[in-house]
Amino acid sequence: MAKTHVTMKVNGAEVEGLVEPRTLLVHFIRENLQMTGTHIGCETTHCGACTVDIDGMSVKSCTMFAVQAQGSDITTVEGMANADGTLSALQEGFRMMHGLQCGFCTPGMIVRAHRLLKENPSPSEPEIRMGISGNICRCTGYQNIVRAIQYAAAKINGVEFQEAAE
Amino acid sequence: MNDLTPTREQREAALEGMGCKRKRVEDIRFTQGKGNYVDDVKLPGMLHGDFVRSPHPHARVKKIDDSEALKVPGVLAVITAETLKTVNLAWMPTLAGDVQMVLADGKVLFQNQEVAFVVATDRYAADDGINKVIVEYEPLPPLVDPFKSMDKDAPVLREDLVGKTSGAHGPRKHDNHIFEWTVGDKELTDAAFNKAEVKIKEMISYHRTHPSPLETCQCVCSFDKIKGELTIYGTFQAPHVIRTVVALIAKLPEQKIHVIAPDIGGGFGNKVGAYPGYICAAVASIVTGKPVKWVEDRIENLTATSFARDYHMTTEIAATRDGKVTGLRVHVLADHGAFDACADPSKWPAGFFNIVTGSYDFPTAHLAVDGVYTNKAPGGVAYRCSFRVTEAAYCIERAMDILAQKLKMDPAELRLKNFIKPEQFPYHSALGWEYDSGDYHTAMRKMMETTGYAALRKEQAEKREAFKRGETREVMGLGISFFTEIVGAGPSKNCDILGIAMFDSCEIRMHPTGAGIARMGTKSQGQGHETTWAQIIATEIGIPADNIMVEEGNTDTAPYGLGTYGSRSTPVAGAAIAMAARKIKAKAQMIAAYRLEVHEDDLEFDIDGFRVKGLPEKFMSMKDICWAAYNSVPPGMEPGLEAVSYYDPPNMTYPFGAYLCVMDIDVDTGVYKVRRFYALDDCGTRINPMIIEGQVHGGLTEAFAIAMGQEIRYDEVGNVVTGSFMDFFMPTAVETPHWETDFTVTPSPHHPIGAKGVGESPNVGGVPAFSNAVNDAFSFLGSTHIQMPHDFWRNWKAAKDLGAVA
Ligand code: FES
Ligand code: FES
Repeated sequence: MAKTHVTMKVNGAEVEGLVEPRTLLVHFIRENLQMTGTHIGCETTHCGACTVDIDGMSVKSCTMFAVQAQGSDITTVEGMANADGTLSALQEGFRMMHGLQCGFCTPGMIVRAHRLLKENPSPSEPEIRMGISGNICRCTGYQNIVRAIQYAAAKINGVEFQEAAE
Repeated sequence: MNDLTPTREQREAALEGMGCKRKRVEDIRFTQGKGNYVDDVKLPGMLHGDFVRSPHPHARVKKIDDSEALKVPGVLAVITAETLKTVNLAWMPTLAGDVQMVLADGKVLFQNQEVAFVVATDRYAADDGINKVIVEYEPLPPLVDPFKSMDKDAPVLREDLVGKTSGAHGPRKHDNHIFEWTVGDKELTDAAFNKAEVKIKEMISYHRTHPSPLETCQCVCSFDKIKGELTIYGTFQAPHVIRTVVALIAKLPEQKIHVIAPDIGGGFGNKVGAYPGYICAAVASIVTGKPVKWVEDRIENLTATSFARDYHMTTEIAATRDGKVTGLRVHVLADHGAFDACADPSKWPAGFFNIVTGSYDFPTAHLAVDGVYTNKAPGGVAYRCSFRVTEAAYCIERAMDILAQKLKMDPAELRLKNFIKPEQFPYHSALGWEYDSGDYHTAMRKMMETTGYAALRKEQAEKREAFKRGETREVMGLGISFFTEIVGAGPSKNCDILGIAMFDSCEIRMHPTGAGIARMGTKSQGQGHETTWAQIIATEIGIPADNIMVEEGNTDTAPYGLGTYGSRSTPVAGAAIAMAARKIKAKAQMIAAYRLEVHEDDLEFDIDGFRVKGLPEKFMSMKDICWAAYNSVPPGMEPGLEAVSYYDPPNMTYPFGAYLCVMDIDVDTGVYKVRRFYALDDCGTRINPMIIEGQVHGGLTEAFAIAMGQEIRYDEVGNVVTGSFMDFFMPTAVETPHWETDFTVTPSPHHPIGAKGVGESPNVGGVPAFSNAVNDAFSFLGSTHIQMPHDFWRNWKAAKDLGAVA
């Protein structure tokens, strides 16, 4: 099949590649760019393991073609750490609050939570739960993911993290 | 001593040993997208394989034409059963003593069964190839309902077994019959029923569901023709067993097979068995001389790899009028699908279903299980459960509620009356198992006090009156579940997989600087082994957990072990770790005695080193002993500080728990709200409370899904109608309730550190709690049992059938 040249920005770096028009963005990222943090759990837009941030929106990269991302600005989990390479507040929150087990949903969760906190820096628990409802986790039962995001929100806002009362 | 001398507490805390909420070391890589899962493995020249699958549930395969497929750019090979026959791999042995087609051999037996394997240069080309393989089928009548499988005129499914009057587990009664398994004392049990004052009987179904970890099953196989070596990266919960099985069936020397299980994205039992994809990728690699990757997609995962449950349990309890149980009788019809590929230790065709007497002191019980074939996917796995314990717990916990209802007794009171008493442990059950330890009354009472059980019952009674007066359309249910698990498979005297005894292993090597590595026969799929195993070692030998690296999943370096499933890692491998550490400690003591110039018996272990009894300043730290182990050991002693332990447990362990679910259901819509869910678990010694709590949350969420909607459903002609996350209920953060956790600690008397295992308890205990809540909510309208899963529609339907909705 004829290939198309695509260029885009991924985690701040200009990248390019030759892809078939039908190549999914997630495959372009994982196979062409060799960045395997973005995962595939369903290929039907249900699980969110493949979530990346495109031009300021959370997008499931399993149901978008690479050619559709031409010229866009993408952030994947590999771009989530602080500029100095230390864990960001969100990544730290997931670790501190035990927000992951097998870690397979984690990149998608973190990328999604990143956008959620950009849009709503102090979300309530229901807002967090609704905000990550496009991301499935089979291991954690979400409770600690919610706490991880609350922890990160507190840290970003410079306030002390307080466990919500049971 | 000065102010800088660390206190005992500080020294202890520095170890981050058992009981500490140590943060997980795994998370550093996972949170940065630096995990290494199978699909991340890329080998030079790697090809991709994918399956042509059957659209029919039951059909004869007349012809497979691959000529057009082979013309597709990028397609290199199409493998069929005929290809596999040349290497004797058209059929493979299952874990349950049956055989299974790898690729359709003459006929297909379930929808989406593997028919041909297309190998191509990339995923897209493989997919193009699949669409060009032309398969000619002659449809046959499908058999969907297990209750009809042994009818006289039922279609014969397994033509390879026609006329065989016995199978792996004894006589067969019908061409579609797999086995009958009975345990217990029939005569005594029948006698108990004959003179029973009260009896209940109910058909309790535990529907077919699926573990569906977020990462599907996958592998990369690479055969090196020159060296004659096969390397397999795969999502394997039991890598060593896979290596042995490959050696046996592919007739390759075992040392030339390298099985590597890298990071695994959840397993829940789904990744225990062997699937056609592994065999086909290996054969394809041998045929093409290139590495071959096989990655299952979600539809394939849900429709063709191991389902779970599908037990139809006719349950009877005999009791006295005042609520003392006197006998239990259960007959199970088990739908095993097209091949008996259930994951059970070989001696137990129905796994540990014989824990069906639960936490209660049944004087006698009798149990029979009939396994049958149907046109459905094979491979009943122990989905977050220890070999059918989940079904057993559901069965008895539902039945106890039904009995309570009949006796007009409170279900908590009925349970308290029948619990095995603390002084009865070790307890011998009527079905032949020895429960190691337990204190059920304390757990139950703690649950009742913490949740305010009595007040909740009062509120329920008031609500029922209000409902009858027409003041509310909501009904309230209280679901109790008290479960005992049987985990830690297991003792070689009664557990094995394909004849391999179910011990587990640990090898610890301490290096001169006081850092070390522990290699294990287990394989974490999210359980956090890298973190908790180091904690056991830290406490045992006094080296900080941070200085111990834990490695799993590489058969070249790890000692032989049976892997991680059925909550066996802590009860079995956890013990192996403690035993290996104790060997290290014993040698360390000899070294310390020599260096401190005292007799070994004059030393005592003190947190992080050895001290001369009565002379506190004469102390040698473990770190210094590590150094000395390589440079100044006593004369005649071998240098080095390492040990390996293969632990064959003397018995299973029996964790237990008391759960309560409070639920409100709107009868007009069937919509339920889980108002509260409280889970008290007793898993013996707690290694890392943070991880235990996380496991409980996860298990409860899976239980919630199963009880409240998740089902693998087939239509009447054998089509799977729940093949994606669109129609297979996957709770998101929005539906998932808030979990309250609690615990008691009753250590296992025979485990070196008293630990029992917890990973699947919440699933085992959770499902009956939810189902009992729904059933309890409707019971005052006259129903005794409503089958799971309790989705909105079924709740509404139940209300309607009971006359609560016009
Ligand atoms: S893989 Fe994209 S949403 Fe599941
Ligand atoms: S941590 Fe395993 S899927 Fe979320």
